Amino acid sequence: MVALNNGMTAPSIRVDLQLVADMVDPRSRVLDIGCGEGILLDYLNRFKQVDGRGIELSMAGVRAAVAHGLSVIQGDADTDLKDYPSAAFDYVILSQTLQATREPKRVLENMLRIGRRAIVSFPNFGHWRVRLSLLGHGRMPVTETLTYQWCDTPNIHLCTIRDFRVLCDELGIVIERAISLDSRGRTRFDAAGHLANWLGEQAVFLLRRV
Amino acid sequence: MTVSDQDAAFPGPRLDLGQDAPLHLDCGVDLAPVTIAYRTYGHLNADRSNAILVCHALTGDQYVADPNPLTGKPGWWQQLVGPGRVLDTDRYFLICSNVLGGCMGTSGPPATNPETGNPWGLTFPVITISDMVRAQIRLIDHLGIDQLFCVIGGSMGGMQVLEWAVHYPHRVFSAVPIASAARHSAQNIAFGEVGRQAIIADPEWCQGDYLSHDKRPQNGLAVARMAAHITYLSEAALHRKFGRNLQGRGLTYGFDADFQVESYLRHQGSSFVERFDANSYLYITRAMDYFDLAADHGGSLANAFRGTPVRFCVMSFTSDWLFPTRESRAIVQALNAVAANVSFVEVESDKGHDAFLLDEPEFHATLRGFLEGAAEHRGLPRGGR
Repeated sequence: MVALNNGMTAPSIRVDLQLVADMVDPRSRVLDIGCGEGILLDYLNRFKQVDGRGIELSMAGVRAAVAHGLSVIQGDADTDLKDYPSAAFDYVILSQTLQATREPKRVLENMLRIGRRAIVSFPNFGHWRVRLSLLGHGRMPVTETLTYQWCDTPNIHLCTIRDFRVLCDELGIVIERAISLDSRGRTRFDAAGHLANWLGEQAVFLLRRV
Repeated sequence: MTVSDQDAAFPGPRLDLGQDAPLHLDCGVDLAPVTIAYRTYGHLNADRSNAILVCHALTGDQYVADPNPLTGKPGWWQQLVGPGRVLDTDRYFLICSNVLGGCMGTSGPPATNPETGNPWGLTFPVITISDMVRAQIRLIDHLGIDQLFCVIGGSMGGMQVLEWAVHYPHRVFSAVPIASAARHSAQNIAFGEVGRQAIIADPEWCQGDYLSHDKRPQNGLAVARMAAHITYLSEAALHRKFGRNLQGRGLTYGFDADFQVESYLRHQGSSFVERFDANSYLYITRAMDYFDLAADHGGSLANAFRGTPVRFCVMSFTSDWLFPTRESRAIVQALNAVAANVSFVEVESDKGHDAFLLDEPEFHATLRGFLEGAAEHRGLPRGGR
């Protein structure tokens, strides 16, 4: 269902990043929020010839990205998206960062204001291991995708796949595609069903305005 | 064609703009003739696409990467310029001209007014950053370059970079303003005023006409430099370098330089007057004070950048309190507001404003990466490393 590495020139990137990359049309304008050192942007530049920009909170990430020739600024998804004009990008990407924002709702709204489409990936708090950890051990879950202890986690707004779908409904956002990944990074179901919320460790959503 | 008395003192090519090609200045004066003294490094490629204009700061000059003819010291960006260096002279053609109003061979207050045969002094028109860039445009035209690959500069050099990008966006492929701002702040203007008043208060200044009286307001200019120099450093850098260390003979209970930091500043002042003209200092600091990009665009900096095709890399330094990061961030915000192509890095350094002139590996690595990326987009051949 998803075209993964074509096995020719494209290097392997993290499977969730690959899923995101596959949703992006070639030669489009892309803003990657929380781009880190720019691995996804670099991939999109090289293999999709996008006009890519990035925002990253950590200066170390920004310096690495810019030194790599990428257009990246130091900035904060919560405070700096308001500076961007409407409909300036084809895609606004937020990978594995939504749960660390202070106002996820506002961030989502801004993403879909700035971009024609938004691509959001996040760890699924509805995954069975997470549920089991709480139910069985009574402890906050620490898993491969949620690696932090509760007291030092940057993830302050975790959600489940269902939660996210409800929020999209509430904000009038159209879900064009939704994919969930299991713990081995294999793609699972269209993340519509209940199973996805049990078995998906993370999810990738392609969104657009109505 | 004019030949000023200083020609021999400032080696390098010069462009003489004749009476028929005056510079239209912001103050309303049409200035002619004008001389522009410059240096170049590397070679212009066949399609003239590899030129980088380096814009110097307040007390800088065109000797970016060769010895300063007055001091014999290495060029002010020597560590950045050369084969294989960040500003790679094997790949790029570098140009740096002395700014209009300067004192290193370009028309300015100490140069001779060809109409009177006397130094311009205070009869030289008050110039702006825009005027400096107008002079640079003439030079770039003269060199047959339609579009610069990059315009780069720190501090006042960064102001010129912004001016280029805003007023001549199609003649600039990429722009790198470093440790700079889109306007001089009240504090910046205040420090400039202290410097100017120190010069003006020196009786040897002679109402600006000191050259005709064969005098130099050296004390005033030295004090101006001492005050300014403090603003170029950080408190941490000063403390690390000098602390409260004494000169060695203990307290003298007098007003000699007991502390090493005093001696250092005095040295900065006295060596500066050997190479800089007091009136040029007045004019150039004034040009910086007048700089306000937003004011020229209905108070909105974003308007200044609207539709810009230029790739920007804005850089600042954590300990720079003269041109603090928030000034760079304001530029970045304005660029974001028009969805411009911008990179922004704040480099960790405790060396204050002067960090852009010093060996800061992170700064250099970032700049190298940005130029590589821009060169790729411009279709310039890849570097050797």
